[in-house]
Amino acid sequence: MAFSNELRTTFQQELSNIQQAGIFKEERIIHAPQSSEIDVVFPAGSEKKHVLNLCANNYLGLSSHPEVVKAAHEGLDSRGYGMSSVRFICGTQDIHKELERKLTKFLGTEDTILFPSCMDANAGVFEAILTEQDIMIADRLVHASIVDGMRLCKAQQDTFKHSDMDHLEKKLQLHQDKRSRMIITDGAFSMDGDLARMDKIVELAEKYNSMVFIDDSHASGFIGKTGRGTHEHFGVVGKIDVITTTLGKALGGASGGCVSGRKEIVELCRQKARPYLFSNTIPPVVVAAANKVLDIITSTTERRDKLEKNTQFWRKGLTEAGFIIKEGETPIVPVMLFNAKLSQDFSKDLYYEGIYVVGFFFPVVPKGQARIRTQLSAAHEMHQLQKALKAFIKIGKKYDILHKTKEEIIEKYGL
Amino acid sequence: MSEVKDIVLQYVIDEYLEQDSDQEITFDTKLISGGIVDSFSMVSLKVFLETRYKIQIPDAKATPDAFDSVNNIVKLLEEFGIQ
Repeated sequence: MAFSNELRTTFQQELSNIQQAGIFKEERIIHAPQSSEIDVVFPAGSEKKHVLNLCANNYLGLSSHPEVVKAAHEGLDSRGYGMSSVRFICGTQDIHKELERKLTKFLGTEDTILFPSCMDANAGVFEAILTEQDIMIADRLVHASIVDGMRLCKAQQDTFKHSDMDHLEKKLQLHQDKRSRMIITDGAFSMDGDLARMDKIVELAEKYNSMVFIDDSHASGFIGKTGRGTHEHFGVVGKIDVITTTLGKALGGASGGCVSGRKEIVELCRQKARPYLFSNTIPPVVVAAANKVLDIITSTTERRDKLEKNTQFWRKGLTEAGFIIKEGETPIVPVMLFNAKLSQDFSKDLYYEGIYVVGFFFPVVPKGQARIRTQLSAAHEMHQLQKALKAFIKIGKKYDILHKTKEEIIEKYGL
Repeated sequence: MSEVKDIVLQYVIDEYLEQDSDQEITFDTKLISGGIVDSFSMVSLKVFLETRYKIQIPDAKATPDAFDSVNNIVKLLEEFGIQ
């Protein structure tokens, strides 16, 4: 037998090691459409529980929006279910091109190419445009998909300390001998909820003749005055050479991603990016709905404005209650607990209070920086956030961490 | 010997500790298994050693274990005649 007992034991041992390390991931089963309130079964076999959802990337609350769902139905009826093809054989419909045009306009770039996911966009873009003579200089907290994409590329690589512009400048000076340089960063960082300093990054890029890449997955649709992203927030629209982003978060939340930027870079992706060339096209139903999402968010800023208000309420409420949060202005609000077990116990207690959040700890975040990551949505109503805040305060009191310093919490619970 | 050790330690502190970090790094501090340097950022350490000491460290030798502390790095450098 090819799958021998010995091999099975090896795999079982590895799974057991993951469990013992306390990092075994279990899926929570949702019995409802994605929304601000959902029905969850967790752990497996337990009663279904109705909870307030504070951990989705559904920033604009469009995942189950009636107009988006209607557009998906229409797309299904008019363009079918599957395309049974990659893009360049017979997988490109008029609606795919329409979506690429809309994204280009929305992001303020020259051209756009769709990928099956932003993970795929990041996996494909570097290899398609950079060579051994080039250098990629990445912020140390970039998303895992960028790290993987950089590994697939033959270009040289270096990193700079998270958002440390002096360190970045040193690295740019160090690498002046390369054919080209590319500064690589997330727009909004998914674990800390802070924004890359795009104004400074663009300034350094111009000074040291470097391209700029951002993954704006946690910003597209709501950061910036009209929600165009981190580059709009910092007034550098048109100055970013490559933007990758996802349709799987604020922009409808289904799936799909893109590379948007300089037209030659986009065209090179069409010619060379392997996840684009060798993976199926995004299904028409998703494309049709995403087109509707772009129509909604370009016709009004109502949803991103509501999200901004919700974010301000939540950040202020938690701070005044005495929690330590990572400061910033995005709807990603990490509540710092420092100790891994405390983050797990705290999230479990909140779940029993009807609040669904997840605790993160090493290796997802650095050691000693365990936290509960909360994420706001335009789908949240004020009364829901007030309820969530009450629950956080109740559990915060239980563990006696309110109005305590980082050192006091660590002294009580350890690292 | 101590000079190499000090140079490597200083590089690690400058390169990997955030400005507001209260963490202390010594010759024995676990860099990779201790979560200070991730494998992604390890590249700059390898490039620094290669440039500073004019050597080529093959990938097979540039393991997380070999880079896991300043002492380990010094041992690795000794293999290249750097003392």
